[in-house]
Amino acid sequence: MDIPYTVLPRKDTGLWNAKVGIWLFLASEVMLFGALFSTYILLRVNSPETGALKWPHHLLNVPIGTFNTGVLIFSSITVILAWASLVLKNLKAFKWWMGITILCGLAFLGIKSREYYQKFTHYGVFLRDGTVITGHMKNEDVKLKEGEVTRYISNLQVVNGVVNAGPMKGSEIEHVMIAPDAPAGHGHEAAEHKAEKIEGKDIARIASYGPWYSPYFAIYFTLTGLHAIHVFGGMVVNTFMWGPGTKMYFTNPQRFTNRVEVAGLFWHFVDLVWIFLFPVLYLL
Amino acid sequence: MINKYLGIIENASKHGPAIDGMLEAVHWFMLALFIGWTAFFIYTLLRFRRSKSPKADYVGVTSHNSTYAEILVGIIEAILLICFAFPLWGKQVNEFPQEKDATVVRIIAEQFAWNIRYPGADAEFGKQDINLVSSENPLGCDPNDAKGKDDIAVLNEMHVPLGKPVIIFLSSKDVIHSFCVRQMRMTQDAIPGMVIPLWFEPIKTGKFEIACAQLCGMGHYKMRGLLIVDSPADYDKWLKAQAPAGSGGGGYD
Amino acid sequence: MEATVHDQHGHATDHAHDAHHEEHKELSFFWKYIFATDHKVIGMQYLFTGLIFLLFGFCLMMMMRWQLAYPGKPMPVVGNLVCSALNMACKGLGDESMQGGVMSPAFYNSLGAMHGTIMIFLGVVPLAFGAFGNFVVPLQIGAVDMAFPRINAASYWSLFVGGIVMFVSFFVPGGAASSGWTSYSPLAGIATTGQTLWLVGMIFLITSSLLGAVNFITTIIQLRAPGMTWMRLPFFVWAQFVTGFLLLLAFPPLEAAGVMQLMDRLAGTSFFLPSGLVVTGMPSVVSGGGSPLLWQHLFWFLGHPEVYVLILPAMGIVCEVIACNTRKPIWGYRSLVFSVLFLGFLSFVVWAHHMYMTGMGQKISTFFQTTTVIISVPSVIILSALFISLWGGSIRFNTPMLFALGFLPMFGIGGLTGLPLAFNAIDLYLHDSYYVIAHFHYVVAPGTLFGLFAGIYHWYPKATGRMMNECWGKVHFWGSFVCMNGIFMPMFLQGMAGVGRRWYDGGQTYEFAQGVIHSNVGISMSAWALALFQIPFIINFFWSIRHGKKVSDNPWEATTIEWAAPSPPPHGNFVETPEAYRGPYEYSVPGHPKDFTPQSQTA
Ligand code: HEA
Ligand code: HEA
Ligand code: CUA
Ligand SMILES: [Cu+2]
Repeated sequence: MDIPYTVLPRKDTGLWNAKVGIWLFLASEVMLFGALFSTYILLRVNSPETGALKWPHHLLNVPIGTFNTGVLIFSSITVILAWASLVLKNLKAFKWWMGITILCGLAFLGIKSREYYQKFTHYGVFLRDGTVITGHMKNEDVKLKEGEVTRYISNLQVVNGVVNAGPMKGSEIEHVMIAPDAPAGHGHEAAEHKAEKIEGKDIARIASYGPWYSPYFAIYFTLTGLHAIHVFGGMVVNTFMWGPGTKMYFTNPQRFTNRVEVAGLFWHFVDLVWIFLFPVLYLL
Repeated sequence: MINKYLGIIENASKHGPAIDGMLEAVHWFMLALFIGWTAFFIYTLLRFRRSKSPKADYVGVTSHNSTYAEILVGIIEAILLICFAFPLWGKQVNEFPQEKDATVVRIIAEQFAWNIRYPGADAEFGKQDINLVSSENPLGCDPNDAKGKDDIAVLNEMHVPLGKPVIIFLSSKDVIHSFCVRQMRMTQDAIPGMVIPLWFEPIKTGKFEIACAQLCGMGHYKMRGLLIVDSPADYDKWLKAQAPAGSGGGGYD
Repeated sequence: MEATVHDQHGHATDHAHDAHHEEHKELSFFWKYIFATDHKVIGMQYLFTGLIFLLFGFCLMMMMRWQLAYPGKPMPVVGNLVCSALNMACKGLGDESMQGGVMSPAFYNSLGAMHGTIMIFLGVVPLAFGAFGNFVVPLQIGAVDMAFPRINAASYWSLFVGGIVMFVSFFVPGGAASSGWTSYSPLAGIATTGQTLWLVGMIFLITSSLLGAVNFITTIIQLRAPGMTWMRLPFFVWAQFVTGFLLLLAFPPLEAAGVMQLMDRLAGTSFFLPSGLVVTGMPSVVSGGGSPLLWQHLFWFLGHPEVYVLILPAMGIVCEVIACNTRKPIWGYRSLVFSVLFLGFLSFVVWAHHMYMTGMGQKISTFFQTTTVIISVPSVIILSALFISLWGGSIRFNTPMLFALGFLPMFGIGGLTGLPLAFNAIDLYLHDSYYVIAHFHYVVAPGTLFGLFAGIYHWYPKATGRMMNECWGKVHFWGSFVCMNGIFMPMFLQGMAGVGRRWYDGGQTYEFAQGVIHSNVGISMSAWALALFQIPFIINFFWSIRHGKKVSDNPWEATTIEWAAPSPPPHGNFVETPEAYRGPYEYSVPGHPKDFTPQSQTA
């Protein structure tokens, strides 16, 4: 009546069920991220040499990315230690290591959302002559002829100073003020950059560095967003193991250990994906 | 023969007979397999029905005929591939005629029409730019480009002369369409963001219908154009009668 | 799943008995039938859901067939009903779609796209993989349940949600998705809300299939009864095993693509939108830089394996039914197994044969033509083995067998007509014509559907303990057989004459089509007649649950292990843990008193 091999391995395959299951699941995850990586390659190969859609290199903050990579790799080690503690029948150590793993996940997501936030407040103003001025900007920096901007500006198409699509359609822009980024080569603090004024009629498009900005940002947000969802999912599972799930340790320690192992495998996979993402998005 | 029986429509292009011939061969091959297996099937059902054959034979067929048959199928398929399919396609994509020996046109598909442009007397197309698109200038032609002044633009009705290959540079403004003239044995998707060349050589004068072979919205079913193959003299006459697009008569100014 | 530790190695035979008594607390209706985790109940949930959607998809098609036969004429009765139903759900929608019972082109496109989507993802996949896989596979390998019963339930409910989303999408402004089941961008990118719901629905359906696939493969690897070695697995189990892998590995890319198209629609990205799009006369507002072909690659990377997902389970069912009703072993079991594995593998490298007309260079075209032609070889082997298995048999022509026998030539015709399409040059002529429609309907409709019907009639007594009525079953078969051919055979001729698919008026606009479009009337008549012949089936199906002839546990005198379980099998399936002592198809073994020797029989 009971389903066999939930705890002990089957002789001829040497595996218990959930382990087969998680490996299969991870295989499908590989295909999922594989498709997105292929998309990345294709978009990048097809990207133009010049213009706004040019593939931006080294746009992301490498030290932060490196730090985050370190956080995840560290959590990969702690999750193994958590599992190993269970194998050694040391529940207290398990709680510690698993707790640290969860905190690492939290730290990762925190840093990531900080990075996201910075992107969403960073804008590119596309001029009609083809140049793009990038820099930080707030809603107040966009001066309308009538009224003021009340909603977050993500992506505005402008024709003759008038927004021609989307929720702000019809508003007439007088000018925008933008604090341009330091030109390449200068340190960030070095350039004491002043806000620049751009006339509405010169503007073709105003867009923040969201997924709509260019194919690079599209794939950046899709990849990291999907990865973040995976991190979050892994954290939910880990938190369950750390908290209420621990009950099972007292009735069926072997099975609980197996569960933690499976959760750990998933967590490793999430790390591994990041280890591909980091160089691909930050370094190359 | 079998194609005729199945109601294939007349061919009007030079490469058509090769395609029809191959289709004919494949159909014969299929027919042979179909008849062979059907005969076997019916015979077996009759002979081994329960009332006739109350006791089944544990072993069944022992001969290796089916293996030989399968090998034969494999060989025939290999021949079809190597001797027909690869060369035919290779010819289609690699052996483009010289542009100077051909009628060159540019076709821009849109929902739900075919914009056809001829380069005019100078045999060169004018520039097009998306930023110039407006309701009066649906293709975004650059009015300042001298090469474009004598370009000829027509809608849905394409004329070509007999006796010369036709090269088409195909693209689309909005969604994916597919340029398809069944009599020319020709289909090619028009994909926005890409310009894809294709060619064929008409061998008959007449009117042939251009159909769109890719779902492109609610007007897909009536995205019909005409390909008119004229004698060279008629073609010249027609061409002369067309006002250049750049001079204001073509409707795309 | 809440198992306590047991010694799994011993597989003590009395163990099943003990557990049986523990479980005998009565489950409430809710837990028994709605949030069930028992594989048989979940199988039934899949079965009913699949059948209802199959019927729904068929109804959509019957409406389309009216428009094709009588373009622009108001549809009697139904037309006005649909119009007011749509109007009720969303103001004005009915008038847009079915004013006065006349179908609009946009609505025709919606019906087409949703017919394809529903038939494939909500009809056949839930039936072939979900229903038969769930009900039969654990029984055939002698397992008590699936490896992960709760994931199994989650998989069903994910399908259910996906189905609801798809259904609801008919009633939103602009109507349901109308860019074909293939949803090519940019068309799908600029489509109405229905397309967004289509994508959301697809993501649920994909998730359902992924969970199912993990579960099936694990079950087959881990839960085979003692003695059930790989080469003793019934071919049906092999077919499901390969199907599981196809779903597991081919679906995620479409999920990724679905997410990207959703981003294109909702977050303003342009994964599939190139620069310089001009939509309805205005330059589009997207950043551009994407590729429409990328969507096609990702779609067909799933799309092609998907068609084998539709056909393999049906082949598996047909193989079981044929073995049982010829009373002899399947000929060439090993070559069947290797062919199906090879087929599964190859199906991942042929996808671009759906994209021959996108402008393909010589090298790529050579590769895909070669793989496409090679993939026909394992199909030929499988079909040949099934044909040859008939030789020397003692054939019983009962209803399941009739459907299984019907499958063979129908799949044969569909498969054979795939061959010309496999050649790039010929596709110049046949692409997107009704020849393609006829090709694949022969494989999925009289092919797969017949396989599924065979399976329903075959395993019905196992699921209910009663038989379906034979006589009405035969009416169902012969009626369906004649009508199916009446529908799809003329389509080959239409295709040869160049009639294009997805044409709202069936080709009236085109001169070259005039010679063949009159056959649209006959085709449509056949389709409606086909519907009439489903009525005996539907009545038979429900009536027999209560009133069918009561039968023993093994009414067909079959050999595979599911017939050793009681009918209907209790929770936990077997009274005693079964063990396999021999191959799956030991019929008419020389020297044995009976003409069948069950797998679980000791001597
Ligand atoms: C279950 C579904 C299924 C199956 C099994 C197949 C099987 C095959 N298909 Fe098909 N196909 C589809 C479903 C399927 N297809 C669908 C849905 C589409 C359209 C999608 C769309 O655009 O919407 C399509 C479209 C399609 C195309 C694209 C056409 C176009 O758009 O222009 C091509 C091209 O190569 C193709 C080829 C093949 C080939 C070579 C096989 C081979 O695998 C076939 C091998 C089988 C055989 C060779 C038969 C062997 C049998 C015998 C030898 C016995 C004969 C006996 C008797 C007749 C009695 N198919
Ligand atoms: C599995 C896939 C599948 C199946 C089974 C079918 C079945 C049928 N299909 Fe379809 N079809 C597609 C997949 C399928 N189709 C796809 C993918 C397309 C392309 C869409 C696109 O262009 O994007 C298409 C397109 C398509 C077209 C072309 C439309 C066009 O291009 O404009 C046509 C035209 O006649 C058609 C007809 C039919 C018919 C008459 C059937 C009949 O065979 C239907 C038979 C149905 C039954 C017999 C139902 C039986 C149900 C029951 C008995 C229920 C019992 C219920 C209970 C017991 C509760 N289909
Ligand atoms: Cu244009 Cu279909
Ligand atoms: Cu295919």
